[in-house]
Amino acid sequence: MENIREAILTTIEKNSRIDLSELAIRLGVSEPDIANTLEELESEGVICGYHTMIDWDKTSIDKVSALIEVRVTPQREEGFDRIAERIYNYPEVNSVYLISGGYDLLVTLEGKSLKEVSQFVSDKLSTLDTVISTATHFILKRYKDHGTIMDTRTEDVREKVSP
Amino acid sequence: MRNPLSETIVNIKPSGIRKFFDIVAEMNDPEVISLGVGEPDFDTPWHIRDEGIYSLEKGRTFYTSNAGLMELRREICNYLKRRFNVEYDPRKQVLITVGGSEAIDIGLRAILDPGDEVIIPQPCYVSYEPCTILAGGKPVIVNLKAENEFRLTAKELEDAITPKTKLLILPFPNNPTGAIMERNDLEAIAEVIIKHDLLVMSDEIYAELSYKEKHVTIAEIPGMKERTILINGFSKAYAMTGWRMGYVCGPDAIIEQMTKIHQFAIMCAPTTSQYAAIEALKNGDDDVEEMRRAYDQRRRYLVHEFREIGMDCFEPFGAFYVFPSIQRFNMTSDEFATRLLKDQKLAVVPGTAFGDCGEGFLRISYAYSIENLKKAMGRIRKFVETL
Repeated sequence: MENIREAILTTIEKNSRIDLSELAIRLGVSEPDIANTLEELESEGVICGYHTMIDWDKTSIDKVSALIEVRVTPQREEGFDRIAERIYNYPEVNSVYLISGGYDLLVTLEGKSLKEVSQFVSDKLSTLDTVISTATHFILKRYKDHGTIMDTRTEDVREKVSP
Repeated sequence: MRNPLSETIVNIKPSGIRKFFDIVAEMNDPEVISLGVGEPDFDTPWHIRDEGIYSLEKGRTFYTSNAGLMELRREICNYLKRRFNVEYDPRKQVLITVGGSEAIDIGLRAILDPGDEVIIPQPCYVSYEPCTILAGGKPVIVNLKAENEFRLTAKELEDAITPKTKLLILPFPNNPTGAIMERNDLEAIAEVIIKHDLLVMSDEIYAELSYKEKHVTIAEIPGMKERTILINGFSKAYAMTGWRMGYVCGPDAIIEQMTKIHQFAIMCAPTTSQYAAIEALKNGDDDVEEMRRAYDQRRRYLVHEFREIGMDCFEPFGAFYVFPSIQRFNMTSDEFATRLLKDQKLAVVPGTAFGDCGEGFLRISYAYSIENLKKAMGRIRKFVETL
């Protein structure tokens, strides 16, 4: 039998709105067991939130996303952690990753317009002491995000009845 | 003009599936949803498709050897050893076929002489009986019972054996019932087979879709490998139905004769598909497991729903079908399925399409997303409430 924690995680990763009784039926365990495991996973910080995937491009709301490569000078004792913290504390920053390769931090952020994002980079990010350089890449089109293809075709092309 | 047709062929009943397919096609109603398919809803994993494309780009568009690419046969042997603990020689004991269906057909033709009897447990896949007749054999039907969860018992087998019996067809995990045979079930069958010196054609196309213990092949039971024709393929496990990739393993002498028929009738299995199949075996284990887990969740959901609605349903541990009973509604399977289609626009297949003893049952496929299954179960619930 598949590890129940893993089964819960892989299932709700795709659909966090699934109700507990359905999850219990599908995984063949009791509802209280599901509830307890979920609580454990939440309190351990394994489950960090229940978000919604939105394709903002299909709305009339303007959003611009960018990936920013940041090169920094690591600091004695703190390495990259301190500078990462200074960056991720900005609410407009979506994610911050420490990266191997040609640069150090990969920052993704969201703003209302190109101007707003550029301003953030030039005013806030580049001016941080330890930041050596930045390179901003605006996202033009989102094909697939978090394992979800944005323009999926869901048509079932199979024969309706087959042996 | 003289009658242009073969009497043997004309006398073979068309598949009951076909009849239902025609009704659905005739309705041509976009509102109709179906739980009637016998193939996975998943796309073939991308890395496998990619390998097929790559083989075309490289210009690998020629025949392969009759038995199939050596590398593929080798990978199949590795796979069977790794997963099911049976060893075959890729040079003489493996043949790549156009789907499992070709293997069934040419296997029967290689084995049977006129009058030889073939024991076929029903309900089962639709091709065993007609292919037996086409090969000159005589089908002997064993009607499996719901009380045994549609497993074949040694007693049922023993009762069907006559001096003319040559072969048992063993189709588990089963389409349409979802039944499986576990090791102790197979050991009991093997004992009878060996006692009466019979052969077994074991159609294990759904082997990877087992939800209780790992599937056991009868070829692994001591004394059975030399009397087993093991059929498997890529359609169900890797969601590759359209690639038409199957294979058969067995004793040298039988594979040699099957290869002869294959060589004359088919030449070789499609080359592109063979290259894709190599990739499936090399790097596809995780895909199989992911799909198996998804099917397993849907299976539990459906069994639970049918029981909620008050339709008896034994828990099936294989393939992607549940086989609920409709006996309490005083209707034939055909009537039930037809009315369900007309009233609620839901297509399912009557159990009788898979043999007379499927009367009183429906085959429900769960090769559909949970969302589709929910919608469909809502319709069945509504329909049952009107009865």
